[in-house]
Amino acid sequence: MIDFGYTLSKSGTLKIENLDDSRFKALHKLEPDAYKCINCGSCTASCSAGVFTELSLRKILLSLQRGDEKDYINQLQSCMLCGKCMLVCPRGINTRHLILSISKIYNTVDR
Amino acid sequence: MAKDNVIVIGGGPCGIEVSRNLRDLGYTPILLEQQSELGGHLRLWDRLFPEGVEARKILKDLTSDLKGVKWFTDVNIESIHKSRKGYTVNVDTGMSFETKALVVTTGFKLFPAERKQEYGYNIYERVITNADLEQYFHTRKDPRIQNPKTIGFVHCVGSRDEKACNRQCSKVCCATAVKQASEIKELFPDAIVYCFYMDLRLFGRSYEDMYLTAQKQYGVRFIRGRVSEVSEDIDGKLFVKAEDTLLGKPMKMKLDLLVLMTGILPGESTTQLSEMLKINVGEDGFFTPRDTILEPCRAKDAGLFMAGACTGPKTIPETLSEARATAIQVHKYLSR
Ligand SMILES: Cc1cc2nc3c(=O)[nH]c(=O)nc-3n(C[C@H](O)[C@H](O)[C@H](O)COP(=O)(O)OP(=O)(O)OC[C@H]3O[C@@H](n4cnc5c(N)ncnc54)[C@H](O)[C@@H]3O)c2cc1C
Ligand code: SF4
Ligand code: SF4
Ligand code: SF4
Repeated sequence: MIDFGYTLSKSGTLKIENLDDSRFKALHKLEPDAYKCINCGSCTASCSAGVFTELSLRKILLSLQRGDEKDYINQLQSCMLCGKCMLVCPRGINTRHLILSISKIYNTVDR
Repeated sequence: MAKDNVIVIGGGPCGIEVSRNLRDLGYTPILLEQQSELGGHLRLWDRLFPEGVEARKILKDLTSDLKGVKWFTDVNIESIHKSRKGYTVNVDTGMSFETKALVVTTGFKLFPAERKQEYGYNIYERVITNADLEQYFHTRKDPRIQNPKTIGFVHCVGSRDEKACNRQCSKVCCATAVKQASEIKELFPDAIVYCFYMDLRLFGRSYEDMYLTAQKQYGVRFIRGRVSEVSEDIDGKLFVKAEDTLLGKPMKMKLDLLVLMTGILPGESTTQLSEMLKINVGEDGFFTPRDTILEPCRAKDAGLFMAGACTGPKTIPETLSEARATAIQVHKYLSR
């Protein structure tokens, strides 16, 4: 590219049709409840790891639904699988199981 | 003993149910409808939330039992005079009716979607309204709907919007959006369906199940964020901008079909009738009752009653309950 002496900053806008949600579809097959989240934030609020890290299961799940994987998925590294999020979820999502399935499909364990 | 006439203005679900109940109480209701058929907005809907009952079945049940009700269609109110004895209503066909009690059931008006120009209704080919979609569900014919692969529903079109001069929530359109999103997924199972909402306001028995089914069974994607603008490309595809406020990111997407959830505004004749009958109207434009909690179906004037969507957004069961309550109030008033 020609150097015009300035740079353009990357747009933060999500272009939905450029995103690939095929892995979320695979996740949905394993976890039929993956669409049930109502973004209440209870899981994040009561998360044992959330006190020390950025971990937000709500944001991870939502970003995966959108097919916008990169920003939040690494947060799962700090999950201790304590299952507190499961106790508080008002939609009755088995979040602990969901997290395990996410790790499987998105290979978070090897990252 | 022949009992009194009672005039009911507006032959939607509410006016019909008021009339039927007054008839059962021994009165002779005179139901005046300005359109050429009875039924009001119920005539426009295909299936009703939350259970998906056919609107036409409800309409048929309501209208098949009008024996003893004197009903007139295609009539416009010309003037109403109040005297000590009651009201005289003159209509454009030259007829005139006397009544001691008058019931106003003039309903609502759908927000005209073209007034939100940034959404492009009547400008872009593939932008339709909730009312258009109901029509499509019934006829399965609409040149704008051609096997869409991506579909967006915009909540709160002309509601909760001071720019559209309507600050209020229309109450029925979230439920309608969730219902229609599921129905369209049934017709086009491969389509991706988005609902753009500011708050989801579905209430009442089994409405939450409707939401859950839309999420779990139909995979409808709910995006908390209002569509800010729409544009069209050369192929007729729509470009939509919104913010995914739960993710905190602006987003853009291409859609094949956009459905605008137009809301409930005060009916066309509200101003005219409020002047003729000196009924108070609120800042929102709807008729204001004597007491919103204890006497929601009575105007300030002793012989004047009102019910249904002319006093604010309501569902059909709510409208019908209010209609029955109003008939009893009228009866109590006339037999006092
Ligand atoms: C998009 C949408 C979808 C909906 N879907 C559902 C649903 O699935 N389930 C549900 O429970 N509810 C639903 N509703 C709500 C439902 O439509 C209303 O509850 C119902 O129509 C209210 O009945 P009404 O008789 O008060 O008013 P209307 O249905 O508006 O009827 C009023 C009647 O009065 C007549 N009129 C007005 N002015 C005059 C005048 N001056 N002289 C003579 N006649 C006059 C009109 O022509 C009309 O026929 C929906 C509403 C919307 C906006
Ligand atoms: S299981 Fe993981 S995400 Fe859930 S509360 Fe425990 S640490 Fe947080
Ligand atoms: S608690 Fe459940 S419903 Fe609430 S944000 Fe977490 S996963 Fe979603
Ligand atoms: S019911 Fe929903 S779509 Fe309708 S005005 Fe209220 S919040 Fe908006």
